[in-house]
Amino acid sequence: MKIHEYQAKEILREHGVTVPEGEMATTIEEAERAAKALFDAGHSVVVVKAQIHAGGRGKGGGVKLARSLKEAVEISRQILGMQLVTHQTGAQGQKVQRLLIEAGSDIDRELYLGLVLDRASAKVVFMASPSGGMEIEEVARTTPDAIFKEYIDPAVGFAPFQARKLAFKLGLAPTQVGEAVRFMSGLYNAFIETDSSLMEINPFITTKDGRLAALDCKINFDDNALYRHKDLKELRDVAEEDPLEVQASRFSLNYIKLEGNIACMVNGAGLAMATMDIIQYAGGAPANFLDVGGGANQEQIENAFGILLSDANVKAIFINIFGGILRVDVLATAVVAAARKLKVKLPIVLRLEGTNVEEGRRILADSGLNFQTGATMKEAADLVVAAART
Amino acid sequence: MSVFVDKDTRLIVQGITGREGTFHAKGCAEYAKQFGVDLVVGGVTPGKGGTTHEGWPVFNTVEEAVKETGANATVLFVPPPFAADGILEAVDAKVPLVVCITEGIPVLDMVKVWDVVKSSSSRLIGPNCPGVISPGKAKIGIMPGRIHLQGSVGIVSKSGTLTYEAVYQLTQRGIGQSTAIGIGGDPIIGTTHIDALQVLNEDPDTEAIIMIGEIGGSAEEAAADYIKQHVAKPVVGFIAGQTAPSGRRMGHAGAIISGGEGTAASKMAAMEAAGITVVQTPSEIGEAMARVLGRA
Repeated sequence: MKIHEYQAKEILREHGVTVPEGEMATTIEEAERAAKALFDAGHSVVVVKAQIHAGGRGKGGGVKLARSLKEAVEISRQILGMQLVTHQTGAQGQKVQRLLIEAGSDIDRELYLGLVLDRASAKVVFMASPSGGMEIEEVARTTPDAIFKEYIDPAVGFAPFQARKLAFKLGLAPTQVGEAVRFMSGLYNAFIETDSSLMEINPFITTKDGRLAALDCKINFDDNALYRHKDLKELRDVAEEDPLEVQASRFSLNYIKLEGNIACMVNGAGLAMATMDIIQYAGGAPANFLDVGGGANQEQIENAFGILLSDANVKAIFINIFGGILRVDVLATAVVAAARKLKVKLPIVLRLEGTNVEEGRRILADSGLNFQTGATMKEAADLVVAAART
Repeated sequence: MSVFVDKDTRLIVQGITGREGTFHAKGCAEYAKQFGVDLVVGGVTPGKGGTTHEGWPVFNTVEEAVKETGANATVLFVPPPFAADGILEAVDAKVPLVVCITEGIPVLDMVKVWDVVKSSSSRLIGPNCPGVISPGKAKIGIMPGRIHLQGSVGIVSKSGTLTYEAVYQLTQRGIGQSTAIGIGGDPIIGTTHIDALQVLNEDPDTEAIIMIGEIGGSAEEAAADYIKQHVAKPVVGFIAGQTAPSGRRMGHAGAIISGGEGTAASKMAAMEAAGITVVQTPSEIGEAMARVLGRA
């Protein structure tokens, strides 16, 4: 699960990690009040930051500096409600519905700090780099030596010496190292206590007067751990997600919207991915990823149809089911009932395989509904691509 | 001789009194029984020790179950909040084989669990996996036994349904399987592609190998490198997720391309470079294996 920058900074603040003073605003009035409070407190620069989940906000025009209250209000007017396009939003962009109004910082150096799970070592790794402000993937590609890593022993936790090593490698002044150790330890504690899967401070800055701060912060939570963090669950902003994905998540369906016009309904995540692949291989484009799970019943299939049919791009539906524990005839019965109930008009191509497959095919054939079946996944993919073209 | 499971496997089921545990305990027992193997010897549900369930003795702790039944394998059907603890309990009881079916374990729990498992004598398979089967002998897991056929093709896969898919295509061609190992779709798993390849490579019953991977991480690239150096048996490979968008988790917790790492293209290229017969679609897995074995 992703959260906004202002929410992430609140979590850092709770863990003793320094972040610039600031407030979230959803209206111009709130933005004005927040900016006024900062100017009144003696700050000479205020930053207006669009709060959307995608990265690259600065380049897209979603982050601007204001030197007066009037300017802050003007900029807030420009940004709030705009359709912000970044390299992560796609061409249609993402509507800005929240702003972070923050005190400007007198930046000396822009560095990078990140915490992430390293799969190969099965450990959390703390990364630091002097190349702040750039995407870390870009740094990894061009100057991999500029990323320093400390692997964290889960039984011990993040040790102060590891923080010191990173601080000295970043070239921090000896007078800053004690503060840096506290800063990094706070980040680690926040990561562990919130069951994060990713935490990035980019940039992590030093100011001209020698202080340290998290100028930006990105946190992703481990979805599997949300059951034990009711407070964090409330940070979810469904306005940032695709409406169909939000709807699917209410039915516990694993659905991801894509750009194509062939809807897929599959059991199993691996097979669902492979189904998308084979559609493309046959010359079509998948409209979604959808795993209905191993125990798909009629209700789930109805829910799934509902989601797929709500996507206006969809021209044909590909149902690819391998019946293992759940028999194909049971699945076919559920598909027929759901299609009949929802009066599905779009062409449906099925590829059913596995236990009791003959009985399943007979049920489809006898249904009188407009089903086509492919004997193999490849044949079904060809059929559905052709159906989507007509 | 067989990989992980055979007629000497004595299995306990952690979470045996739950719905899933009951259903699959029966499934495993019935499958093995066809071949004269008495596989399941009991189960564990804390608080229900001393009772029997479907004829099996239930114990409060894994330690007690092992002591009383001589179990040498365990399978977990324990809900995600308790599964990590269940694995630790099995490892503490020195069960040689621990198969965890549970999907949805928090990854930081698995970081701690793996730290303990790696320095223990237990082998962990999973979590978030269908388990392991040696057709004609026994199965520990949720795979449908009836689609399998005993034979000489070993399978290692991150995905359950794609494994069934591959098995079914082989069986329809009359090509049997030695052992199919579902290693699981989580970012941290006990038995990796390389671990599974190593045992299949050393297994005299395995003549050829199918390796199925998916986007995310770099385990397939590492496995390809391992195959190049150590595996002489022919390998057919498939990677799911060639069309998956970057930064999105495709169902499995581990199936995500991040920062350009974990793409299907990278994995397929590494596998091809290692001499693996890589197929473009899952439809071709069975056919490719038939060709490799000269049985097309």
